[in-house]
Amino acid sequence: MDLFSKVMGRQTSSSKSIAKERLRLVLVHDRSSISPQLLNDLKEDMLKVISSYMEIDMAGTEVTLSQDEKSVALVANIPVIKLNRVQCGR
Amino acid sequence: MGQVIVITSGKGGVGKTTTSANIGTGLAAIGNKVVLVDTDIGLRNLDVVLGLENRIVYDLVDVTHGNCRLKQALIKDKRFENLCLLPAAQTKDKSAVEPEQMKELCGKLKEEFDYVIIDCPAGIEMGFKNAIAGADKAVVVTTPEISAVRDADRIIGLLEAAELRNPTLIVNRIRPRMVKNGDMMDINDMIDILAIELLGVVPEDEKIVISTNRGEPAVLDMNSWAGQAYRNIAKRITGENVPLVSLEVEDGLLGKLKRILGFNN
Ligand SMILES: Nc1ncnc2c1ncn2[C@@H]1O[C@H](COP(=O)(O)OP(=O)(O)O)[C@@H](O)[C@H]1O
Ligand SMILES: [Mg+2]
Repeated sequence: MDLFSKVMGRQTSSSKSIAKERLRLVLVHDRSSISPQLLNDLKEDMLKVISSYMEIDMAGTEVTLSQDEKSVALVANIPVIKLNRVQCGR
Repeated sequence: MGQVIVITSGKGGVGKTTTSANIGTGLAAIGNKVVLVDTDIGLRNLDVVLGLENRIVYDLVDVTHGNCRLKQALIKDKRFENLCLLPAAQTKDKSAVEPEQMKELCGKLKEEFDYVIIDCPAGIEMGFKNAIAGADKAVVVTTPEISAVRDADRIIGLLEAAELRNPTLIVNRIRPRMVKNGDMMDINDMIDILAIELLGVVPEDEKIVISTNRGEPAVLDMNSWAGQAYRNIAKRITGENVPLVSLEVEDGLLGKLKRILGFNN
């Protein structure tokens, strides 16, 4: 495989399926009242809550809406750096 | 009482005017009384696509402002005497007409004509609101590109909010070879994502350019793929059942696409 087609990333998926995926995602946002800004606020609030339970990688965290056939899911990918030790009563 | 059908899309340049001209001419060719209304005020085009640009005296704004009678502004087509055009004003702006006036106008037109086809401007502002105000049905045109489909989705939402329910979809400028190579979204992808009923599929066709050059809609060209697609769409609008896909699967996707387009029927 020559370098050019590698750079273009053509082997893995057809441009049609990329288009479909991108379209689905953009429509999830368009159709709901969830703006990227709102999603970001939600992410920050979530991180605040979660970080009082465990040490997480704030920069590596991703919060997105995703859609498969019929349902929409809120997907959060939050890398955990360290789980806090068990403390009394917890 | 006739039916008012608005041809809309959100995005510009996807083929609303081409579709309006071809559906209108196609419906007239099979014996219906049709009037085409160009609501793209300031960017009039339907007249050129139909080859009627030299006959314009009055326009839509003249009618709604009472500068002339409705009959005086209707331009008779060269080919079919049961086909008329009400041209858009070229020098006014979109706010020169209001939705209430469009409703009234459409009401009058559908007493006279079997089909009132409204060519909608791009966008979701005043021009769009005017175009849909008097409509009974909506046809959404898109091309197989993300931006066009996205705008179509937005339009479908706005049509629903305006109580124009169950719009139908025309996918324009499909290129079978690109679909086959996985480089263009196919019809099923789009109707799936938009959750809308398909009215027809129109292929990319050089004959559209040629026919626009001549001012003769491709629907009258028996050798044009796109023309064939528009003939089928016109029939479907009249309620005739022209199948979209034949169940007998033929040689691969190209054969199937030809069937979708209504060839080999
Ligand atoms: N199926 C097609 N094949 C080739 N060219 C097309 C097709 N449909 C539309 N076009 C061209 O695309 C351009 C935009 O079409 P038009 O009908 O004016 O779009 P709109 O009214 O939505 O802005 C025109 O130049 C037209 O000739
Ligand atoms: Mg147009």
